[in-house]
Amino acid sequence: MSPPGKTKELRKFWAVLLLLAVLTPAGLYLPGIFRAGSAWGEWGVEEIRKMIGYAPEGMERSSGLWKAPLPDYALPGRKGGPVSRLSLSYVLSALVGIAACGGGAWILGRWLAGKKK
Amino acid sequence: MHIPDGYLGPPTYIAGYAVCAPLWAVAARKVRRTLDARRVPLLAISAAFSFLVMMFNIPVPGGTTGHAVGAVLVAIAVGPWGAMLSLSIALVIQALLFGDGGITAIGVNCFNMAFLMPFTGHYLYRALVRFLPAPRGMGIAAGIAGYVGLNLAAFSTAVLLGIQPLLHTGADGRALYAPYPLSVTIPALMVEHLLLFGVAEGFITGLAVYYLQKSRSAWILVPAGERDAK
Repeated sequence: MSPPGKTKELRKFWAVLLLLAVLTPAGLYLPGIFRAGSAWGEWGVEEIRKMIGYAPEGMERSSGLWKAPLPDYALPGRKGGPVSRLSLSYVLSALVGIAACGGGAWILGRWLAGKKK
Repeated sequence: MHIPDGYLGPPTYIAGYAVCAPLWAVAARKVRRTLDARRVPLLAISAAFSFLVMMFNIPVPGGTTGHAVGAVLVAIAVGPWGAMLSLSIALVIQALLFGDGGITAIGVNCFNMAFLMPFTGHYLYRALVRFLPAPRGMGIAAGIAGYVGLNLAAFSTAVLLGIQPLLHTGADGRALYAPYPLSVTIPALMVEHLLLFGVAEGFITGLAVYYLQKSRSAWILVPAGERDAK
């Protein structure tokens, strides 16, 4: 059980998360420095076509199923710019992610904890 | 490790949802029974934390990239069922807002990263920590648990990708979905996770648990409702 005096520490954790968000561009710069490409098994259809010579039929049909509003953690229209510009999008995406994940889990947690009684 | 849309045939991704649906229901029930309202913020912090950890792409020089997941640390903090909910939320947000991981593959991705990984890590940590004195021992136990947990998730991902050519190959011999067989997917994913990403996961998990245990934040490592986790 956690006494109410723990709020100060929780605030510290949120601060750590904000710090991590500011540092996320390291996840863009390091792969750039070491000339590393996309994650294994997460290529786009065009990349696959280059790798194996054709685009698998089912993959071509269903890979565009969903249009994410912020694809690859970049703001719309910001894809493929210089890393320094992508970094800003990346940090903003991190903040959106904190809000969405934190908010989602918070609501779910409140709802579940509230249902106990 | 986030499988995109188009890589898995319908039988695999439907199975992913079918396996995860009852697990989500059990997770909700377990968390409802054990969650102290004052620990709710931890659940939120955990979801946001794992989301952020996955943004730190680690390069294989001249090759691919990967990342840690943080699921074992989360499991040690909020219990494995709490971790399943936190990680699932992070994975759903990644798929819906950022296109990281497919919509159809949410079930499979949650099975790998929100179920297999935190559960393996949690039980391994519990088993190891009995033989290792705190706080350094807890850190080491957590590090090993993080390493093994991430690698098991990667292995499961490799198997699910690698069986696609067996399940779906056209009459012309061309793959319909993910094209590489098990003999390619397993070495490709496991070498990078065993040598690099798993090590990163282990370090993050171990250092965080060591630090939390030494600081006043040790209460975080005591999931509410867990009797024998002192």
